[in-house]
Amino acid sequence: MQASTTPAKASVLSNLNAVRTMIRRHKRNDIIFASIGLIALMLALLTLVTLFVDLVLDGYPKFNLTFFSDFPSRRAGSAGLLSAWVGSLLVMIVTFLTAVPMGVAAGLYLEEYAPKNWFSDLIEINVSNLAGVPSIIYGLLALGLFVYGLDLGQSILTAGLTLGLLILPIVIVSTREAVRGIPVAIREAAYAVGATKWQVVSDHVVKYSQGGILTGVIIGMSRAIGETAPIITIGALTFIAFLPPSPITDVAPYLNFEWLSASFTVLPIQMFNWLSRPEHAFHINAAATGAIIILVTLLMNGTAIWLRYKIRKNIKW
Amino acid sequence: MMNTTTAIKAESRNLDFFYSNGHRALKSINMPLYENKITALIGPSGCGKSTFLRCFNRMHDLYPGNKYQGQIIMHPDNTNILEAGVDPIEVRMRISMVFQKPNPFPKTIFENVAYGLRVRDEKNKRTIADKVEEALKGAALWNEVKDRLNDLAFNLSGGQQQRLCIARALATDPEIMLFDEPTSALDPIATANIEELMSGLKEKLTILVVTHNMQQAARVSDYTAYMYLGELMEYGDTDTIFTRPTRKETEDYITGKFG
Repeated sequence: MQASTTPAKASVLSNLNAVRTMIRRHKRNDIIFASIGLIALMLALLTLVTLFVDLVLDGYPKFNLTFFSDFPSRRAGSAGLLSAWVGSLLVMIVTFLTAVPMGVAAGLYLEEYAPKNWFSDLIEINVSNLAGVPSIIYGLLALGLFVYGLDLGQSILTAGLTLGLLILPIVIVSTREAVRGIPVAIREAAYAVGATKWQVVSDHVVKYSQGGILTGVIIGMSRAIGETAPIITIGALTFIAFLPPSPITDVAPYLNFEWLSASFTVLPIQMFNWLSRPEHAFHINAAATGAIIILVTLLMNGTAIWLRYKIRKNIKW
Repeated sequence: MMNTTTAIKAESRNLDFFYSNGHRALKSINMPLYENKITALIGPSGCGKSTFLRCFNRMHDLYPGNKYQGQIIMHPDNTNILEAGVDPIEVRMRISMVFQKPNPFPKTIFENVAYGLRVRDEKNKRTIADKVEEALKGAALWNEVKDRLNDLAFNLSGGQQQRLCIARALATDPEIMLFDEPTSALDPIATANIEELMSGLKEKLTILVVTHNMQQAARVSDYTAYMYLGELMEYGDTDTIFTRPTRKETEDYITGKFG
């Protein structure tokens, strides 16, 4: 007995040791990859944080309310962002109102209604490609189409439509992805009680994919707010010391659309303008504007994540 | 004996079905569905029993390229529900379905049951509330949920969710109800509840159920069809199929020698 168990026990022990050595060796790869990943992440984050902190430090003398309520000026000290942030806001409204309905409708059509054939495949590839087209190309297209072709001028409407076009692919792609996330079982459940395609889309598909669609819309908008090249191409002014006519008036019908055809400037263009001045004082304004743009972008993306979480919370597949 | 006294609610005639990849999943199936009876479809995985079931509410129409051949005649109007001129939505208004996994909508309990009525343009709040209550009672769920109709359906247990799906299918007074392995995702107690429910439901409508569980077929059904490789191997009243099957393949499957 003794003689037969001892060699068996020895071989079990040596096997076990070999297995442990192997597991240690395999786990080394975990540590190596985790370290590489962490370093990559830190590099990206630190760059952004450094940039942001640098802008804030440079621009902090301008962080006060008058910076937002003053028009641009020849004197850097009294120059403000009023026309730029109002311009950005109005352009964003036009962008939102055009890109969202068109993008969501196109995304829903492609996902739910379009026949699955080579032609819709072709459209799909091209929509994805559009998201990668350099933004200045959109500027050139808009200059030809909106400014001259449709004679909309160098206006808020033109800028809003241009940026709407620019973020359309983002909205389409995120709509499709959100819609695709809805399980087949839920659609079949709706069809099985006798729903038509439109009833399935409007009662279920749109409702359950809201979170994803909204996220895509906000991320698109936060891209649009920082866009400079296409806005310069269509001819935004860089120095504007007046506001567009107010969209809301005190006489019926209380709405006024003249602002759409007003000339304008936006935040990144104002920043670009100040940056190109030789005086250092203007660079402080530019840094402050840059910090504000980054902050707005972060806020928008943060909202997107929060909204997605809120809406997804009640939906578990 | 039973055959002579009960009416036929629907019957498939020489039914063939082809998936979009050309696979012939059903081969010339002839089978009646007797009114106010439960018919069970049994057979090994891939034998075509779910495919057959999903012909009855034209679920296959949702995916391009699928093709039916032959007929499913519905009585008393003698409509061939597979005919191209018959709208699949009309068919689904008459024949409702309960799926393998509970699939409630991410809506409230009330709205889940009411959805079929909303699709039918029912606007009267009183009527909707009455129908929802009736359906939830019919699905033996009313007592458990009557105080929380506005809770999300996802907060119910798996067995409750499946009964909710039955209530949803019931609320629209269907003539036939299809059950596609309705208890395969449920525990034994929930399964027993659903089986009891089905036996009660046949007073009002006709049931076709696919099941993997032989005992379930034996327990709940009046008629049983054994399918294999897309063919209907044997059909008859459940007692006969389970005690004196005429074909050896059926006997082998039922006794667990195969499948």
